[in-house]
Amino acid sequence: MKGVSLILLCVVVLAGLSLLSLGIGRYPVSPVAILSWLFSGECADRNLPVVLLGIRIPRLIAAVSAGGALAISGAAYQGLFRNPMVSPDILGVSSGSGFGAAMAILLSMPVATVQLMSFAGGITAVMAAVAVSRVIGRNNDSVLVLVLSGIVISSLFGALLSLLKYIADPLDKLPAITYWLMGSFADIRTAELGTAVVMVLAGTIPLLLVSWRVNVLSFGEEEARSLGMHTGLMRVVIIVCATLVTASMISVCGIIGWVGLVVPHISRFMAGANHRRNMPVSFLVGAGFMVAVDTIARSAAPVEIPIGIITAVLGAPFFIWIMKRSSARAW
Amino acid sequence: MVNGEKITIEIRGAGLGYNGRAILHGIDLEIVAGDIVCLLGQNGAGKTTLFRTMLGFIRPVYGSVMLAGREVSSLSARQIARMVSYVPQSYVMPFPYKVSDVVLFGRSVHLGLFASPGSRDRKIAAECLDLLGMGHLFSRPFNELSGGERQMVIIARSLAQEARFMILDEPASNLDYGNQVRVIRKIRELAGRSIGILMATHHPDHAFMAASRVAVLSGGTLSHNGSPEAMLTPETLRHVYGVEVDVFDTPPNGHASRRVCAPVVE
Repeated sequence: MKGVSLILLCVVVLAGLSLLSLGIGRYPVSPVAILSWLFSGECADRNLPVVLLGIRIPRLIAAVSAGGALAISGAAYQGLFRNPMVSPDILGVSSGSGFGAAMAILLSMPVATVQLMSFAGGITAVMAAVAVSRVIGRNNDSVLVLVLSGIVISSLFGALLSLLKYIADPLDKLPAITYWLMGSFADIRTAELGTAVVMVLAGTIPLLLVSWRVNVLSFGEEEARSLGMHTGLMRVVIIVCATLVTASMISVCGIIGWVGLVVPHISRFMAGANHRRNMPVSFLVGAGFMVAVDTIARSAAPVEIPIGIITAVLGAPFFIWIMKRSSARAW
Repeated sequence: MVNGEKITIEIRGAGLGYNGRAILHGIDLEIVAGDIVCLLGQNGAGKTTLFRTMLGFIRPVYGSVMLAGREVSSLSARQIARMVSYVPQSYVMPFPYKVSDVVLFGRSVHLGLFASPGSRDRKIAAECLDLLGMGHLFSRPFNELSGGERQMVIIARSLAQEARFMILDEPASNLDYGNQVRVIRKIRELAGRSIGILMATHHPDHAFMAASRVAVLSGGTLSHNGSPEAMLTPETLRHVYGVEVDVFDTPPNGHASRRVCAPVVE
């Protein structure tokens, strides 16, 4: 399928999923009623605008941004580090951002500061993972060394995060941090969400613009230079943008694992390896996946299920399947 | 590319190495568009160091390395890549790119920062692939190709870069005999299109087959530099490789006579 038509198809599927998701819930609304309200501004049911504007639309926006952000940053990291096994989780970005944001929440800092701390934590983690892998691997950037370094950094930040929870006020801050860490869109506040969406756009647009260059970078430092690329600058741009989108969503909806690892693989099956197509398709598939997962999270059980639990339960077996499939043919 | 003017890669009295310590001394080498220079030498003789310097990855410790009259170390990666392309040893890519994508990556140097290739770039890439006789592989995944096919595709990528010079790192190593000969033939064709070629090889026969000149790296310097027939004598080969090698001309059998080497095994 041609790139443009594949992307259009993804947009249509995402729109369909969104419409279904808006209708499903404790207060069911028919998709027809939603569409007629969206286009005419009128509806028979006076509760409908309240439910949609107050609850479901902000959640939908959060799910689309988070899924898209995690997936596109996963695709960007995989291309940049020429390593199909890395993701925001594995590189330590998620736990680094989580630690930064938890620190800010613990100190009751304003929204913008939470965002900033989250970004600072994420960028520190990814730099540390890369530095450790350089020291251990002596520049022969093997797939495994970077993954292991990321796991080390990730568990280090995980420990620091536990420390924060340990010293947090058990009546007030601790439940807030714990619940937020498991990943949820239930507590989304419009002000936070607005800031996060702007950050996601600020990172996603440059990533899409340089997506062709990610291909060239995936050949490694020297070969990319011999193809005429200013590699140092491009690496910084991609790491900063990918970390920005991940960190800004983590700071509002907690740590949601697996999406950044699994979705780029799915979109590679759909769109091919070329990052020019893989990165936008990753964003759309990630967004659609997250909308579906969030709908399950809030409607499958009487009590809301944390998103991170569902993505792990779906992601882990799926990833095993991918590994089996991929090891049959070279990556 | 500048037409009319003689474009050269010119290394004059250079010491090459890392962190200010030269491991190669007094290197003099000139490559003109249309030349094929074969670089011989044992593993660890410094071939990679020479390549890395010419591609601007490292600076010469002393002396000058000039590309079309300008110091390589003063040029940007983009400026260098428009004049010199690089064919690394064949390898497997981390992602299952299609052959057509891989060749298109060679066009990157001609694209703006945010641009992706247009129809003109696609046309050039397809032509380069056809020129190497690999047009039928257009939509295959690169990693599923044979070693010889992969090497040809990477050479096509390098050609799509439209640089005047091409540096090849052991293009025929890891290939079976037939593919070695095919790659060497294609390299001769490229030189006919006035591309200047520097290729490293482990086989002195490759120099006899293709090279207009041969350069031998040994003992930390370019010990020989001249025509293959004049340079690759049994004495030189014994000196470089430490084994006895006979050198003689093939008998005329319809083809032009050509010099070959035959190692002595007893």
